[in-house]
Amino acid sequence: MGKYEPVIGLEIHAELKTESKIFCPSSARFGGEPNTYICPVCLGLPGVLPVLNKKVVEYAVMAALALNCEIARFCKFDRKNYYYPDLPKNYQISQYDLPLAQYGFLEIDTENGRKRIGITRIHIEEDAGKLLHQGTVTTTPYSLVDYNRTGVPLLEIVSEPDMRSPEEARAYAEKLRSIIQFTGISDCKMEEGSLRVDANVSVRPLGSKELGVKTEIKNVNSFRALVRALEYEIERQVAILKDGGRIVQETRTWDEGKGVTLPLRSKEEAHDYRYFPEPDLPPLVITKEWVEEVYRGLPELPDARRERYVREYGLPAYDAGVLTASREVGDYFEACLRLYPQPKTVSNWVMGELARLLNATNTEIADSPVKPEQLADLLRLIDKGVVSGKIAKTVFEEVFRTGKDPQAVVKEQGLVQITDEAALKTIIDEVIAANPKVVADYREGKEKALGFLIGQVMKSTKGKANPAIVNRLLKEGIENKEI
Amino acid sequence: MITRKDVEHVALLGRLELSEEEIEVYTKQLGRILDYASVLNELDTENVPPMAHVLPLQNVFRQDAVGRHLDPEAVLSHAPDREDRFFRVPRLV
Repeated sequence: MGKYEPVIGLEIHAELKTESKIFCPSSARFGGEPNTYICPVCLGLPGVLPVLNKKVVEYAVMAALALNCEIARFCKFDRKNYYYPDLPKNYQISQYDLPLAQYGFLEIDTENGRKRIGITRIHIEEDAGKLLHQGTVTTTPYSLVDYNRTGVPLLEIVSEPDMRSPEEARAYAEKLRSIIQFTGISDCKMEEGSLRVDANVSVRPLGSKELGVKTEIKNVNSFRALVRALEYEIERQVAILKDGGRIVQETRTWDEGKGVTLPLRSKEEAHDYRYFPEPDLPPLVITKEWVEEVYRGLPELPDARRERYVREYGLPAYDAGVLTASREVGDYFEACLRLYPQPKTVSNWVMGELARLLNATNTEIADSPVKPEQLADLLRLIDKGVVSGKIAKTVFEEVFRTGKDPQAVVKEQGLVQITDEAALKTIIDEVIAANPKVVADYREGKEKALGFLIGQVMKSTKGKANPAIVNRLLKEGIENKEI
Repeated sequence: MITRKDVEHVALLGRLELSEEEIEVYTKQLGRILDYASVLNELDTENVPPMAHVLPLQNVFRQDAVGRHLDPEAVLSHAPDREDRFFRVPRLV
C-alpha cells in the first residue's frame, strides 16, 4: 500500500451586502437586537408572498462574471424542505436543478505554478436564522432563536473537487474571498459569518482515477481552521484505509478546541429535502443586455490589479500580491499614490509600518487612523529633510495613535531633524573625544567603527540628526583631529 | 404503489405522529391518489419542457429598500415559549 492523495471540493456561502432581505423589505444588516429585523414574510406567517430583491440578482450575476461562469438565461427557485427551527417556514427557498450560473473557474498560485480550480455552480438562496445553544447543540437544555438573519440573501458557490491539498483549499478560499470582496457585493467576514466554508474531502491511492468516499466538514470558522480540519480529516481517513477499514459518508463538525472532526449526529433522515419548484416565485429570465449592463459595472479584479501594479508602477511581484490581496489595501495604496507618486516608497510604508500597526491593533485598513493624505505628508517631510526616515517611523506611530497631522506631531514633539552643522559639529567633537579607541580603529580601516560613532551621535540627538550630514562631519572631524 | 414504509417515512419528515389505524388508512388513500394521478403517465411528454410556474409570469422584482419591521414584543407574545427577545425551542438533536 503506497501513498494516498486527498481530493477536496469546497462549498462556500457568501452573504450579499444588500440593504434589505432577499424576499422581503426587512433589514439585511448584521447584528441588531435579536428578532427586530423581522416581518411577516421572513417569519413565514400564513398568506404572505415572497418577492425577489432585484439587487440580489445583479449581485449574483456580478459574482458569476467575476468567477468566469456561464449565466443561465432562464432559472427558477425551488423549495428545500427540512424541519429545523432556524427556518420558520420549514423550507428554504433555494435553487436546485436550474442554478443562476455554472461552469466557472478561478486560478490559484501553487508551488507548481498557476492552477485552475473549477466552479461547478453558483445559486442564490435565503439564509437561515441563528440558533444559540448553551454549550454544544447536543448538550444544551434548549435553544434560542434569532430570526434577524432569516432571509438574508446568500450565494452558494460550489467548486469542483479540484484541490489536492489543504493548502490548495486555503488558496482557493482566499482567492474566492478576495474576488468577491473586490466586486463589493459581500463583506466576506468569516468571523461574522458572512463567509462560510464547508469542505468535502476524500482520499484515494495516488494514481487512482476513482474518487473515494467523502465526508463533509462543517463549522470551519477561519482559513487556518480550514487547513487544520482538512489535515486532521485526511489523516483520519488514510489511517482507516490503511487498517483495511471503510470510510462512512457523513457530515462531520470541526471542533476547534480539541482539533478534531466529529460526526454530526442528526435525527433528520438522510438528506431527503423533497425539492420542488417554488410556486410563490415566477421564474427568472436574465437577458444578455442585463448581463452586459452588470458587466460594465464590474470593477477591476485582483489578478488584473496585481498585473497592473507590476506593469504600471514597476512594483516587485511580491509587493503587488500583498497590495492586491484585498480591495481596501489596494484602494488605500492608490489613494496615497495620487498624492505622492512614488510607488515603491508608498508600498514599503503600507506593507511595513502601516500593516504592522493595523495588525497590532486589529484595525481594518479602511478604518486606519492614518489617512492617505497624512502618509503622503509624512513622506514629503522626509523628502524635504524635515525628519529622518527613522524619526518618521516615530511620527507615523504618533499619527496612528492620535490621528493628528504629521506636521503637528513633528512640531509638538520637537522632532525636526537637526541639519544645523554647527550644532552637530559640537556633538560630533564630543563623541570623537569620548571614544579614542573606536576612532583609532576607524583610522586603521575598520569601517564598522564609523557606524558605532554615528550611533552615538544619533543617541545624543535622540535620532534627530540628519544621517548624511553626521556621516560627512564625522569623517571630516576624524581626519582633522590631531593624533 | 405507496407502501406502509413510505407513509411512516413521510410522517417522520413532517413530524406527524400516526396511529396504526391512521398509517393503514393513509397508505390506502395515498395509493389511490397516486393511482388516479398516474393517468397522466399515459401522455407523451417527450417534447414538452418541464413547467417552472403555473402563471405566465417572469421577473417580478422589488427594489432593494428597507421597509417596516414588526414589533418584536407583539411577535414574541405569540411564541409558545420565549426567553428575553428570543424564541425558545426544545433541544434539536
